[in-house]
Amino acid sequence: MSEEAHSPMTLLYTEVEEELRAAVRGLLSGRSSPSAVLAHVESAASDAAVPYDLEVWKALGRDIGAAGLLIPEDLGGAGASAREAAVVLEELGRAVAPVPYLSSAVLATRALLGAQDEAARDLLGRLASGEVTAALAVSFAASPYTPPLPAVTLGADGTLTGRVTGVIGAEVADVLIVPVSVEGSGPALYAVDASEARIKTVASLDLTRPIATVSFSGARGRPVGSAAGVGDALLLAAGLLASEQLGVAEWCLTTTVAYVKERKQFARPVGSFQAIKHRLADLWLEIVGARAAARNAAALLGAGEDAHVAVAVAQAHCGVAAVHAAEECVQLHGGIGMTWEHPAHLYLKRAKADEIALGTPGDHREALAMLADLPGPVS
Amino acid sequence: MGWDEAAVDERAQAFLADHDPAKMERLDFLRARFDAGLAWVHFPEGLGGLGAARGLQAVVERRFRGTPDNNPGLITIGLGMAAPTILAFGTDEQRQRFLRPLWTGEEVWCQLFSEPGAGSDLATLATRAVREGDEWVVDGQKVWTSGAHHSRWAILVARTDPDVPKHRGLSYFVCDMEAPGVEVRPLRQITGEAEFNEVFLTGVRLPDSLRLGEVGDGWRVAQTTLMNERVAIGGTPTRRTMIGLLSETWRERPELRTHALHQRLLKLWVDAEVMRLTATRLREQLAAGHPGPEGSGMKLAFARLNQELTGLEVELLREDGLAYDDWAFRRSDSVDFLGRGSGYRYLRAKGNSIEGGTSEILRNIIAERVLGLPSEPRVDKDVAWKDLPR
Repeated sequence: MSEEAHSPMTLLYTEVEEELRAAVRGLLSGRSSPSAVLAHVESAASDAAVPYDLEVWKALGRDIGAAGLLIPEDLGGAGASAREAAVVLEELGRAVAPVPYLSSAVLATRALLGAQDEAARDLLGRLASGEVTAALAVSFAASPYTPPLPAVTLGADGTLTGRVTGVIGAEVADVLIVPVSVEGSGPALYAVDASEARIKTVASLDLTRPIATVSFSGARGRPVGSAAGVGDALLLAAGLLASEQLGVAEWCLTTTVAYVKERKQFARPVGSFQAIKHRLADLWLEIVGARAAARNAAALLGAGEDAHVAVAVAQAHCGVAAVHAAEECVQLHGGIGMTWEHPAHLYLKRAKADEIALGTPGDHREALAMLADLPGPVS
Repeated sequence: MGWDEAAVDERAQAFLADHDPAKMERLDFLRARFDAGLAWVHFPEGLGGLGAARGLQAVVERRFRGTPDNNPGLITIGLGMAAPTILAFGTDEQRQRFLRPLWTGEEVWCQLFSEPGAGSDLATLATRAVREGDEWVVDGQKVWTSGAHHSRWAILVARTDPDVPKHRGLSYFVCDMEAPGVEVRPLRQITGEAEFNEVFLTGVRLPDSLRLGEVGDGWRVAQTTLMNERVAIGGTPTRRTMIGLLSETWRERPELRTHALHQRLLKLWVDAEVMRLTATRLREQLAAGHPGPEGSGMKLAFARLNQELTGLEVELLREDGLAYDDWAFRRSDSVDFLGRGSGYRYLRAKGNSIEGGTSEILRNIIAERVLGLPSEPRVDKDVAWKDLPR
């Protein structure tokens, strides 16, 4: 076997990664099929409950151990890398699974890993075991290139006040990880019990990952260290989101191909018309590129190398590819694709929300102007 | 014997110890290398090879670096298309006669497949070969033939039976390019130059000993040739790239930049990087022994990207884009794509989505062979070729 096949930089999937994928897929196919997700979302929509499936999350986080993948072994985690987390996200995207993996096990976890304090280490241990779920109180629309200033301030009495919009995973979090501006020093990271905050879920474009407004008014929290890791958390999550987008796109392509083979009009499968075949061939090619770009971002993030270019390229490509795949899925399903009954809309909503999340494709291209030395006009 | 890396390397070293290229005629050196089985190691012994694994060729090439070569740039069709077909379908006599001078470059080969009336639908070709005793008499017109003007031989597909459906009435020949009735004319293309030829065949008499494969089996033989063509056109990575050239111009000439062009450049830079990563991943798959279907898409992706990049370059250059470096009608045997002007690049790139399988045909191939979608209904399937509308 050649050396590169085992290199941490390989763009292929390792055996360990394939085993992890099989475990996650096995869990989701049994308990989180698209129709089950739709039923779950429907019940949530009617009684204003959250759409998250906490049973599936428990099985994923604890039993499969996905919650602790990014947490070092000495803190009780699996000590795996972004490569493995990316494979989990591919499968979660493929199932539009309503679990707080990205918000808790990626965003909040990575921010805490940069916080350093003993309190942060203690919390990471409880996140790794799946005992606690966290959410990072930063807008999902934040770009890694211009991280927002903390919207929460530390009062003279030591309590926290402020309001953060567009937060994912807050409704099911036990603890919120909050960047706080502290007068006279740099931003700090605080851990706040969810019961100390007012969390209001907003009717959201993405039914399977809604956003919420999180408000603090004299809330008690524990400082856990520096907020320096928040920018890194946004970059890591942006890079890993490309793998979720890959999974979303793959489901859309597979489902559409299966449908156009079955659906007959003009006495032949609609998939035999070149107008349809050529669109799907182009989509396939776009997704082949998405896999290479997403794997590259995960490999560089996992190896701890400078991943800025890789993340920007993956996001610029995969964000667009997932939306394209979901839009083709709706269009090529014809009327049924426009119904509530068919799960295609769950993927379209996820894809379109993901396109905005953690920097738009335009934001990532703009970042490349600097990263790849392609400056704009001298005005 | 089973050849491994060490054994092949030893053989190459032993050969070079006995044959000092500085003290030999170039052709004698190449012939001796062929006879020693070090031409293409995966070919059988006695035919320039050792019957070894194809991957071991790299071991030989490393040892022979700096020695006289067979000018592979000029004999790509012989090496890439004619040779594998002759090996697969030729008689012992044909293999003995053709393969050695093909590999040494003494005899150049060209390909007589496409016709003015048969491009994507190659199997509908109309060049006729009619049997007269021990000979075949060939009449017809072929097109897009590179290197025809210095070729000794051609691989030719012609119709031997017009009364059966199109795929079944074809036979495959080696065409003697020096035979009476073969006329080669340069074909001027939109860039001004002529990389290719038209070849007119009028009463060309070929002995039956030049037929490759059975009469009526020409389509199957041609598949071997065409599979090797797509491998050849899809492959070779080059160090200097079109996106690199365009990015350099962008950096060096800030006065040309606009916001609208900037957006397009950044998008294409991402596309180019994604294509590079896709190719890298594909090579890793091949190295690991798991070739994926991604290969089918690479030519399609390359054609689209190259066309968009070259179009953007002309537009970026403004007044310089109005100029053209050279419209002279001359033959060119190799394309210096990055060495020519932006207008040339723009025009030449138009061929990328046509040559070696149009992008439309490639999309059909991806849709049918990778995605498993049904083919279009075939109206010509069970109809004799002579009864097809044309």
